[in-house]
Amino acid sequence: MNPVNYLYLAALLFTIGATGVLIRRNAIVVFMCVELMLNACNLAFVAFSRMHGNLDGQIIAFFTMVVAAAEVVVGLAIIVSLFRSRHSASVDDASLMKL
Amino acid sequence: MSAAAVHSLWTTAADPMLKIPAPKIEYGQLSPTLIVIGAAVVGVLVEAFVPRRSRYYVQAFLAVVALAAAFAAVVGLAAGGYGTTKAHIAAMGAISVDGPALFLQGVILLTGLVAIFTFAERRLDPEAHGNRVDSFAAQAASVPGSDSEKAAVKAGFTTTEVFPLALFAIGGMLVFPSANDLLTLFIALEVFSLPLYLLCALARRKRLMSQEAAVKYFLLGAFASAFTLFGIALLYGYAGSVSYGKIADVVDGSVQNIDPALADTMGNDALLLIGVAMVAMGLLFKVGAVPFHMWTPDVYQGAPTPVTGFMAAATKVAAFGALLRLLYVVLPGMRWDWRPVMWGIAIITMLGGAIVAITQTDIKRLLAYSSIAHAGFILAGVIATTPDGISSVLFYLGAYSFVTVGAFAVVTLVRDAGGEATHLSKWAGLGRRSPLVAAVFAVFLLAFAGIPLTSGFAGKFAVFKAAAEGGAGALVVIGVISSAIAAFFYIRVIVLMFFSEPKADGPTVAVPSPLTMTTIGVGVAVTVVLGLAPQYFLDLANQASVFVR
Repeated sequence: MNPVNYLYLAALLFTIGATGVLIRRNAIVVFMCVELMLNACNLAFVAFSRMHGNLDGQIIAFFTMVVAAAEVVVGLAIIVSLFRSRHSASVDDASLMKL
Repeated sequence: MSAAAVHSLWTTAADPMLKIPAPKIEYGQLSPTLIVIGAAVVGVLVEAFVPRRSRYYVQAFLAVVALAAAFAAVVGLAAGGYGTTKAHIAAMGAISVDGPALFLQGVILLTGLVAIFTFAERRLDPEAHGNRVDSFAAQAASVPGSDSEKAAVKAGFTTTEVFPLALFAIGGMLVFPSANDLLTLFIALEVFSLPLYLLCALARRKRLMSQEAAVKYFLLGAFASAFTLFGIALLYGYAGSVSYGKIADVVDGSVQNIDPALADTMGNDALLLIGVAMVAMGLLFKVGAVPFHMWTPDVYQGAPTPVTGFMAAATKVAAFGALLRLLYVVLPGMRWDWRPVMWGIAIITMLGGAIVAITQTDIKRLLAYSSIAHAGFILAGVIATTPDGISSVLFYLGAYSFVTVGAFAVVTLVRDAGGEATHLSKWAGLGRRSPLVAAVFAVFLLAFAGIPLTSGFAGKFAVFKAAAEGGAGALVVIGVISSAIAAFFYIRVIVLMFFSEPKADGPTVAVPSPLTMTTIGVGVAVTVVLGLAPQYFLDLANQASVFVR
């Protein structure tokens, strides 16, 4: 199968993730959408790697996975601490600092 | 018969193992980063093994020693000629050791060092149950206002993890401006961002605001870094490599023999343009340039003030370093494409930051918008695309970062019963109650405004001169106009401090320990010295302004 199709899929997934970040209101869902964007990047890396016939892209995909895992650790810690003090994970409720 | 001989009766030697070449790492030239990251790892072990009573002292000592040692290493490398004649690319093409990298690493380490002093300050908050406390939460995991938080405060807990977290952030920032491939750039971005997200959530007072700031910073930061990563993927697709030099060759069209597998994508300018736009978006987010600045005021206001000062200064230095290298090393071949866009961003950043700052009533938000305006001024130097442009940006970053750390350190001193009194109305008449603190803050504000005899003037002059010579005259006119707008609200704060009556229930000015005094003292000294005698440092920035490729 033509690897270019995987690039279209990656772009589609990235767009879905970005749209989700912009329109969803629950911090956890927003965060999941960011993870979807990172995975779309991974797919693009691997597809390009296949097209070019070099392994750089596949190795970068591993790095991205590790970064995504570290981001989950930090992000969930922050979101859970916010949830515990407010009993809500909505990003709209977090508005103490509006102008 | 020996065992080996018996064995050889029924076994035969396999093919020799395929040789995997071991990477050659120049540890000496990477020592600044290695020292800081190593100390951060030791700091994590200290958290695990050292008793709680002595952790604070061990951690603070470790952080200060590591930063000082790393700065000494940077000076040693620069003295050894790695900034000029011996500049080269180390660590198998991942890190460049050259003038801009060493200059910015030095600036980051020094600002990190003085910022760590404000992290370690324990005399500002009143003692809780007989224990001295710093600006950080007793126990970050406890819910604000809960019994467990009260118990943690009573037990005298302190979050000494802030020191290793700050060291990890500084380690990432050291790599960020010296990264020589896009993968290293991305990893450095995450290594310095993740600890900053956590540090933002750790304020002792106003914890709900602090947690809110951390969530906003985290979600927006992760969103921006996902864009960066997709941009990197597209650039990899375009050039078949993430190395800066190879991408630059492909952009210039100077590749010797074209790999047939690359022929399809190399001609595809859409990949290049979209990729560059997305990577630049991530960097401009970290810089806080206007369409990507929305996080700045909230995060600066909510984060603990020592963290705000550190973040405002060091992040900007690191991110501008990475932006300079990306634009000057990878993309000089398409400067006709990126310059108009950067023009637009610089203009709206300068004007946007300065105009919105006028309406602010909170001193931390005011400084946040002022930092946005400053990002615009620095972008004007970036646009110059001349050697002078590079050196003026380096000088500006050095001057600006010390003013910022000093100004936020002064903000930590003005306090009332609820912690820091950041509302501007509370600062009325401060000059009559404590003339010294108000005078020091006035010096910082004048430097932000770019009044002559302060470092801000020397920096702005250098940047605008480089921009004008680089053919961006219109940008300089707008820069001067927005400087004038910005000067209005800086002067307004000075007038408020010195020429209005102090209120009866006004804030008190805490007497800090020598730690914060050092931070403020260094800030004032650098501001005045760079203002009165900038020539030596301008020459230094000039010498350091050649990128290696």
